[in-house]
Amino acid sequence: MMGWGAWGKVARRTVLGGAAALAVGMALPAMAQTKLKVAGIYTVPIEQQWVSRIHLALKAAESRGEVEYVWAESVANTDYERVMRQYAEGGQQLIVGEVFGVERAARAVAKDYPKTAFLMGSSFPAQAPNFSVFDNFIQEPAYLTGMIAGAMTKSNVIGMVGGYPIPEVNRLMNAFMEGAKEINPKVKFMVSFIGSWFDPPKAKEAAFAMIDRGADVMYAERFGVSDAAKERKVLAIGNVINTQPQYPDTVVASALWHMEPSIDRAIAQVKAGSFKAEDYGPYSMMKVGGSSLAPLGTFEGKVPADVMGKVKQREQDLRDGKVTVKVNDGEPKSTM
Amino acid sequence: MAEILDILVSAAFWTAVLRIASPYILGTLGELVCERAGVLNLGIEGIMVLGAMTGWMTVYQGGGLWVGVLAACTAGALLGLLHALLTVPLGLSQHVAGIGVTLLGSSLSYFTYRLVLPQASTPPTIEPFQPLPLPGLLAQTPLTYLAVALVGLVAYVLYRTPLGLAVRTVGENPAAVEAQGLSVTGLRIGAVVAGSALMGLAGAFLTLSAFNAFFFNMINGRGWICIALVVFASWRPGKALLGAVLFAAFDAFQLRLQQVAGGALPYQLFLMLPYLLSIAALVLMSRRAAYPRALMIPYRKGER
Repeated sequence: MMGWGAWGKVARRTVLGGAAALAVGMALPAMAQTKLKVAGIYTVPIEQQWVSRIHLALKAAESRGEVEYVWAESVANTDYERVMRQYAEGGQQLIVGEVFGVERAARAVAKDYPKTAFLMGSSFPAQAPNFSVFDNFIQEPAYLTGMIAGAMTKSNVIGMVGGYPIPEVNRLMNAFMEGAKEINPKVKFMVSFIGSWFDPPKAKEAAFAMIDRGADVMYAERFGVSDAAKERKVLAIGNVINTQPQYPDTVVASALWHMEPSIDRAIAQVKAGSFKAEDYGPYSMMKVGGSSLAPLGTFEGKVPADVMGKVKQREQDLRDGKVTVKVNDGEPKSTM
Repeated sequence: MAEILDILVSAAFWTAVLRIASPYILGTLGELVCERAGVLNLGIEGIMVLGAMTGWMTVYQGGGLWVGVLAACTAGALLGLLHALLTVPLGLSQHVAGIGVTLLGSSLSYFTYRLVLPQASTPPTIEPFQPLPLPGLLAQTPLTYLAVALVGLVAYVLYRTPLGLAVRTVGENPAAVEAQGLSVTGLRIGAVVAGSALMGLAGAFLTLSAFNAFFFNMINGRGWICIALVVFASWRPGKALLGAVLFAAFDAFQLRLQQVAGGALPYQLFLMLPYLLSIAALVLMSRRAAYPRALMIPYRKGER
């Protein structure tokens, strides 16, 4: 898959390069062995916000020379087990992915390959001896972006468009709502779910519907929401990735997820031979750099200073572990 | 109750309805043209994906928006030609060939996209069609106006021209067309190619007008809705417009209703609403629907 881009233009060089790499690999087997073999299996394309964070962290490890990284994207849930087995049989030492739709099957595969380490996005506990789980526990920066949103809304109506109300989405939305209410107790929320992870035109329509009804800050859980906000000249809050470069006059702040602490820990553990089944959730917290509040960027100075003071203070407290944000996985409801 | 009325009388609501309806109008018209000529085209979903990708990619590579539209139509027409060759001269199962075309279209789009953009992290965007306010009308993008205009054009061609008569007859009684000295094969292939070009355009609406980036799963079953809308429309262009607008209205309505009554009911009920109401409408409307008599029956010369 990685060679496709170059295939058309420099096919010959690629082939020669591949042959050369192969020769080097055979000549220096010891060097190849120090690189951990890691595979990523994703049910959506790597452009998808959530998966892109895992992909980026693994690409970073690859460019540092720590791992050999292969990946498969848009793997259907029905096909997921097969791909897992294929990578495990192929000698991958660490397999990273997301098994929200195939929990039972994936856990059965992990049992069959006890020597392979699995680090999977999952809503359920880890499974001994080799199946660790992670999740986007970024409710802390989500709370902080909520505080900013509460200060920025003039109509006191905030719109939120989500894909499906699963725990991973709910906990962020709930934390965001709590944050907004702390700064602005009068704020009301409109919540809707579009029943799809990948339908930006529909997410955009849902956002239009909310803006038509008075929302002036949009929580952009899905692609498409910020586009609607941009067209109607209202504000948006980003989630998981920083979208401000694409929407400089629209996206005020974003809650960022960083998979690096989780990935780096897993790689180190496998290399040390001490990988075991554990919950990597805490490695997505602010304390360890697993999540953060994106810099205000183009909105520097446009958010009231007293609110930003409170946000900074809360951010510091979260980093120091003085306070925590409650994890609430219940489905958020409109409060209009 | 007053809030529900507020939704229905707002201009923003009806603007949204036409915007949501546009891909359904174009896709339904395309399927309708194919089926009037006697060929079921289940390739619609894949053709829409390829149209969405081709149109977007053309613009992303520096082509103009209308060049993108043309490219999307061409891509749709080519896949349509494949479907037509399999089902008309070779007389293969239209179901199997159609599903095959859908799989091919989706995978080809996926493959091409990755080939050109192997390392994209956030989806690259283009500058899409902007809304164009017409006096006395709601502001829509040019492709929506085109979709509505095409309803008239397809209706005119089908019912007011010799070509339309031949196309309709080939879907009812191909032997009669043959007796007139016309080519059944040629007419059917032509209709499938033209209909598929419209499907490609329907896909391109999503990436060039409704949104500005291409996503693999963004067609999201819209093609299958179009198949149902053709039945709803009793194979008539005017009713196809009505059906598409009705479905879009239910969808736009539920998006707004989620805000009004969202706290009280599970959101799934709202998402279900357009489909449930469409099924109900389908039941009522299609009782007297007469499908093209030769639909899905391959024509073999001299066979009795």
